[in-house]
Amino acid sequence: MTTKPLRLKELAKGEDRFAHGHRMCAGCGAPIVVKQVLMATDYPIIAANATGCLEVSSCIQEYTAWKIPWIHSAFENSAATISGVEAMYRSLVKQGKIDDKQVKFIAFGGDGGTYDIGFQSLSGAMERGHDMMYVCYDNGAYMNTGIQRSSATPFGANTTTCPAGDVIPGKPQQRKDLTRIMAAHGIPYIAQASPGNWMDLMKKVQKAFEIRGPKFMNIIAPCNRGWRSRTDDAITLAKLAVETCYWPLYEIENGVTRVTVKPKEKKPLVDFLKPQGRFKHMFAPENEGMLKQAQDYVDAQWDRLLKESAAGEAEKAE
Amino acid sequence: MGTIVAVTGNEACAQALKQINPDVCAAYPITPATDLMQRFSSFVNDGKVDTELVLVESEHSAMSACIGAAAAGGRVATATSSQGLALMWEMLHIAAGTRLPIVMPLVNRALSAPLNIHGDHSDGMGARDTGWIQLYSENAQEAYDNTVQAFRIAEHLDIRLPAMVCMDGFIVSHSIERVEYIDDGDVKKFVGKFKTVHPLLDLDNPKSYGPLILTDMYHEYKRAQHEVMTKVPGVVLDVAADFEKMTGRKYSLFETYRLDDAEMAIVVMSSAAGTTKDIIDQYRDRGVKIGLLKPRMFRPFPFQEIADALNHVKAIAVLDRADSFGSYGPLFSEITGAVMSMKSKPAVINKIFGLGGRDYLPVQAEQVIDELIQVAETGKVEAIKEYIGVRE
Repeated sequence: MTTKPLRLKELAKGEDRFAHGHRMCAGCGAPIVVKQVLMATDYPIIAANATGCLEVSSCIQEYTAWKIPWIHSAFENSAATISGVEAMYRSLVKQGKIDDKQVKFIAFGGDGGTYDIGFQSLSGAMERGHDMMYVCYDNGAYMNTGIQRSSATPFGANTTTCPAGDVIPGKPQQRKDLTRIMAAHGIPYIAQASPGNWMDLMKKVQKAFEIRGPKFMNIIAPCNRGWRSRTDDAITLAKLAVETCYWPLYEIENGVTRVTVKPKEKKPLVDFLKPQGRFKHMFAPENEGMLKQAQDYVDAQWDRLLKESAAGEAEKAE
Repeated sequence: MGTIVAVTGNEACAQALKQINPDVCAAYPITPATDLMQRFSSFVNDGKVDTELVLVESEHSAMSACIGAAAAGGRVATATSSQGLALMWEMLHIAAGTRLPIVMPLVNRALSAPLNIHGDHSDGMGARDTGWIQLYSENAQEAYDNTVQAFRIAEHLDIRLPAMVCMDGFIVSHSIERVEYIDDGDVKKFVGKFKTVHPLLDLDNPKSYGPLILTDMYHEYKRAQHEVMTKVPGVVLDVAADFEKMTGRKYSLFETYRLDDAEMAIVVMSSAAGTTKDIIDQYRDRGVKIGLLKPRMFRPFPFQEIADALNHVKAIAVLDRADSFGSYGPLFSEITGAVMSMKSKPAVINKIFGLGGRDYLPVQAEQVIDELIQVAETGKVEAIKEYIGVRE
């Protein structure tokens, strides 16, 4: 056990394993996610990274922001790549060629590299049962290549490949619920988190690292370039995503669902949509129905989650 | 002394992998390479090897996991074929560009469409520009021997590049032949302990693998990759010399057969070389001065050495078991590249044969030699590229 107390003062004094000076955009949510994940634990960590914003901005030629061993090989395969690293570690430990230092393995990927092109690689690695954690930083589109829609893009959003046109006003489909799909893999730990609720996020990371086997965390990562929001709004929006129940904070531990942060008062979805330029067209009078459709979807998802969480609580009580 | 056995090419390669005992093997089944990994899986599950077997959900993930494992710091192997290699294509470049010494038996098979599971070289030739070392094998013995040598070549500290060991699908992979196995201890000694270079598992010296490098230095990195490749032939020959000391079996960059005094030559790779040698013997008995050159190392391609070996012939027929549609066969293009440096240039013709497992028959070799005799006499080439053994 290396779970350390999550006190801000002490955390701030700790070593930064993801150095500043990287080239992520000002106000980007992804490096905050990475820092919170790495800061939650003192275990040695080896990370793989899918091609994407985080990767192209953190290791350029002889400069690297990673103070831990880190590997990027391609876009769709960070889960497969880290599974190879983890397999080598297990092999060498088993053969007595190296000592077991309780190394933890993480794969980082954006939503494109996780929900879409990297989905097969992720699913395979989870099914094989590697002792690893996959962290998806979900900013809801292919931000690195210029804000193209992904299957994580929310309904109605204006992206460069599903623009808010005169005939088709933004993305016609709801987003894929990847967290639930990962739950269907029957892996021991799945969680959804937000950097706006850092304590909750870091507790989840700590819990995950104490569990052997495959873990999956889906973490919302605001992107002001793609969301068309203010540069200093990342944390505000990450919190609003939770408070509107657009991005519920919950975990599924050994099949039991638990909502970890229940908003005191569920805010209307428009509070989350309004500050983001990508949803601007949805507020036009002719698109009024879109707002309702978006709200209905969030409500339905939230209700289902509450039921699942209540069932989990009941099971625990028994 | 080794043991003489009757085994298939797949079985022989699996045996080589067992004797080498890689730390990690990540693989996905594909015909005709399936049997190789099935046999190896039995070695794993029976505790005959220490290998951590990662049974992935695709060849793309197989090569990705191999890349992760090799970067972590250990000996890594996989095997594939055809569509599997095609799916790996992206990762093949990354394995080579990252200088990871992964060894992969490639059971050569045709590429779709139309779907065909039988042997030809379309897969290997399609991967010729990926930066991998490629060794081609005529029979099960060569596939076995090349696999053992490939680890030494790939892992050599001056090289550190991935290597493919190619054998013809079904013709070699599934045919039972006489093979001489090397003793386990000798293989172990020959291959040696794996030497790690910048392992990812070194926690005290964290390394970043796979940086972004744009216009300022990418070009230089690629030149460096080219320069490493130029060192490969020397290492291949050194390893072959050590291998000969151990087994008495001689290997080089290519094999020549009755070529020294030949006026004509057939250049052909892999299993078809065996049939061709038989027919060459028949023509030699009739006084026809024909010989053979069988490239073993296709990447890097030994242009100068092959030019020197073919320097004295008047006419060459290059037999390709793959096509480059709209161009000549890939082996033909390399051989004509070698011919460029010759003072008196021979006439060169190209025959495409045996695609999708079409049998290469003695009569086809005879037709080629008959045509070569004409070409050598007249110096005239009617058609540079033609399909042989084709149904009209």
